[in-house]
Amino acid sequence: MTAPRRKSEPRTPIGKVGTFFDDRLKLAGPMRKQLNKVFPDHWSFMMGEIALYSFIILLLTGTYLSFFFDPSMQETVYHGRYVPMQGLSMSRAYASTLDITFDVRGGLIIRQIHHWAALLFLAAMIIHMFRVFFTGAFRKPRELNWLIGLGLITLGIIEGFAGYSLPDDLLSGTGLRIADAIMLSIPVVGTWVSFLVFGGPFPGHVIIERFYIAHVLLIPAILAALIGAHLVLVVRQKHTQFPGHGRTEETVSGERVFPLYAAKAGGFFFIVAGITAALGGLAQINPVWLFGPYEPRAVSSGSQPDWYMMFLDGSTRLFPSWEIRLFHHTIPALFWPTVVLPGILFTLAGAYPFIEAKMTKDRAFHNLLQRPRDVPVRTSLGAMAITFYMVLFLSGGNDLIAKAFDISLNAMTWGGRILLLILPPIAYVVTYRICLGLQRHDREVLEHGMETGIIQVLPHGEFIEVHQPLGPVDAHGHGTLPYAGTPIPKRMNQVGAGTPLRHVRGFFYPVKEKPEIQAAIDELEAASNGHAAVEDASANEPAQLHD
Amino acid sequence: MLAGSEVDGVHIVHRRDRFPIRGTRAEKRAERGVAMAFTVSALAGVAFVVYFIAGKWHWHLPGTSQTFQYYTPILGVTLATMFIFMGVGLVLWAKWLMPEEEVVQDRHDEPSTEEDKLLTEATLLVGLSDTGLPRRSLITRSMLLAGGAIGTVPLIALVGAMIKKPGSQLLHTLYTPNPTLFPDSNGMVPLVYSDWRQVSPDDMLPGSIATVFPGVREETPDGTDGLTDASSPTLLIRLRPGQTVQSRKGQGGFGYPAKNPEFVAFSKICTHAGCPASLYEQQTTRLLCPCHQSQFEVLKDAKPVFGPATRSLPKLPLTVLTGPDGRQYFYAHSDYVEAIGPAFWERR
Repeated sequence: MTAPRRKSEPRTPIGKVGTFFDDRLKLAGPMRKQLNKVFPDHWSFMMGEIALYSFIILLLTGTYLSFFFDPSMQETVYHGRYVPMQGLSMSRAYASTLDITFDVRGGLIIRQIHHWAALLFLAAMIIHMFRVFFTGAFRKPRELNWLIGLGLITLGIIEGFAGYSLPDDLLSGTGLRIADAIMLSIPVVGTWVSFLVFGGPFPGHVIIERFYIAHVLLIPAILAALIGAHLVLVVRQKHTQFPGHGRTEETVSGERVFPLYAAKAGGFFFIVAGITAALGGLAQINPVWLFGPYEPRAVSSGSQPDWYMMFLDGSTRLFPSWEIRLFHHTIPALFWPTVVLPGILFTLAGAYPFIEAKMTKDRAFHNLLQRPRDVPVRTSLGAMAITFYMVLFLSGGNDLIAKAFDISLNAMTWGGRILLLILPPIAYVVTYRICLGLQRHDREVLEHGMETGIIQVLPHGEFIEVHQPLGPVDAHGHGTLPYAGTPIPKRMNQVGAGTPLRHVRGFFYPVKEKPEIQAAIDELEAASNGHAAVEDASANEPAQLHD
Repeated sequence: MLAGSEVDGVHIVHRRDRFPIRGTRAEKRAERGVAMAFTVSALAGVAFVVYFIAGKWHWHLPGTSQTFQYYTPILGVTLATMFIFMGVGLVLWAKWLMPEEEVVQDRHDEPSTEEDKLLTEATLLVGLSDTGLPRRSLITRSMLLAGGAIGTVPLIALVGAMIKKPGSQLLHTLYTPNPTLFPDSNGMVPLVYSDWRQVSPDDMLPGSIATVFPGVREETPDGTDGLTDASSPTLLIRLRPGQTVQSRKGQGGFGYPAKNPEFVAFSKICTHAGCPASLYEQQTTRLLCPCHQSQFEVLKDAKPVFGPATRSLPKLPLTVLTGPDGRQYFYAHSDYVEAIGPAFWERR
């Protein structure tokens, strides 16, 4: 019995390979479906891509680093190439980090790329979250992906902190000391949590090993699984996009994965990789050899964590010294800004899609994005949250600001406390007004047309500016186009006027074609622009005048 | 291709060749541009490998050849050029040469059909009744119990292995008198510098500070000694003439001399988050913690006067004994009378 065969055997090598796999896996249908999948194009959709690509870079550089790093707190004496540290007693973790820096050829650049990519990973995720928030992309049916994304950010912060702690230098040891104090501050179980994590009183002998296995296996595995789920949901639910031509709740419009989107996304991966390489090579980050090994007695001024932890450092600096002592027990002041506050912030973020659906009674499917101005309440809430975050973030470096601008440190702290309470409401009101202003301007252009910059003198001496309506007008000269949630052209050259030289090739001068080829091009353009030219002519009629 | 996309609900509404006429100069120009990007990328890759192998990268002391400083930046520039030009080449290829298109795809995200829902529901219900679980509550309950056990036991086994009883470790430091180690001083622990030299009052100038430690060389069960234990670091301060400390109740005699002390010692571990509160401003007699900017007034017995810290730095009871060489040396009269470092639930 022979297997069923195609009518014609493939002849080319590619065809043979394709048939080999298709006979076994039956790929043709599903594969074509994925190749034909349509992705919309908008600059704001890149943020998630940057996060994904930096995660890949983190996996690659992290694997490299694990070949050389020794996650051990065993004391050793340094004998490497960095003379200033020779003979010093330090942990093997710190010594092997110095080795990666000074004794591994090209180790420093990989270590710095890894660190920069981590900062970029979190920054891209958080800006991606802003994009999703402000455009309403989290609404039904995508609430689950919002939650997965929030989980990715939370885990990303923990992953970043664990990695930052591994070199066991003075700066990261200080961070661990504070992390221990935060664990100790939890009511009832705090000391047990701290002893469980550190395997005894701080610093113990196991924390670097434990953080290492969490950093290289446990958390990355969960991150990878969540990223996979995040992408599967994007593919299954398809991308959101702004409304426009061919973009409705039932359709998605853009370019197909193969070849256009694949080429662009693949190219973008290399560009992100190149930017992290440039940062890793040119911008020094975390120079642990300047900090020295961790010792409980030492600290340096200007001890700042990585940027994604700064908001917690800021909240810790701003929170007043309110310690609760009741019935021979203590709830330390540290508990509120470092455990309760982030708990509230992340819970609110996770609940937001459901809160908004409940408040607006919106249960509908949404595949189309909203312009931030069209949802002023949400946009203002977002601006308020970002303002709150920014005050905390800047307060995390308030000693550096105080030093740079010669301001009293105490004034910085008090300023942060006050601004944390009054700036967010101001941000809300201001953003709300801006949204309404932008909405009104959209309506005005729809009704009265664009400003052309052409001033006319009427016979009786009055000056008016000529306005170009965007579409048909009614008897009073007012535009009849309704607002459709899309950007409205507000300048003449946004509708093609004023740019006569489109599609001209050449940087310094236009490319000259051979006469016979130029003739063929002209003929083709004339044929395809035949009816377009007629439309242009009607658009060039004197614009409607109105005041 | 069009038929294939229509099968998948993908409609190509606009598709235009960027260069409908073959062989134009503009097309060749675009092609050359893309090829140029890829070539630059390849050349940068070659440059990377050459410099990776041939570049000077060993660290040298200042004053000697410092060309190693350019190693990482040059690797970075060549690596970045290689990646970025690869990426730019791909993007330009797509934008300049591949046909531009606008494609509309149907979403198909209507909910499951009623038929689907009903059939699935029926399948589930019949399957459930086949198991008999709705009728056999005994099995249901006992299975839930077993499931609970299976869910909990690995957790308990894992977490249980890691649990350490805090006990009273956080309440004591290595300053606790130890007659077996220090029989000569009646068990009192000597204060030492980080090189194990004993601390003498004569070492310090007025207005100066020193970080000192309990002189316990023997390892504790946690594998630490007086220098490395995180609870050890202590700030010994010699006041200037005329400065007096307002002592806390019952701690008046903790300084040295016991009356009108000239020397006071406080735990260096900040009572807020555990960083060393190590910046001492002689002029204002304040100690500043650089982590969260808590400030402690030394003349008020290291009371927090600004920032998030709530408790004074614990004060170490000092005493002075004459050593065999005839010099005077500091000893801790007893341990701190309160827990040092960040606060926790069990702390009173």
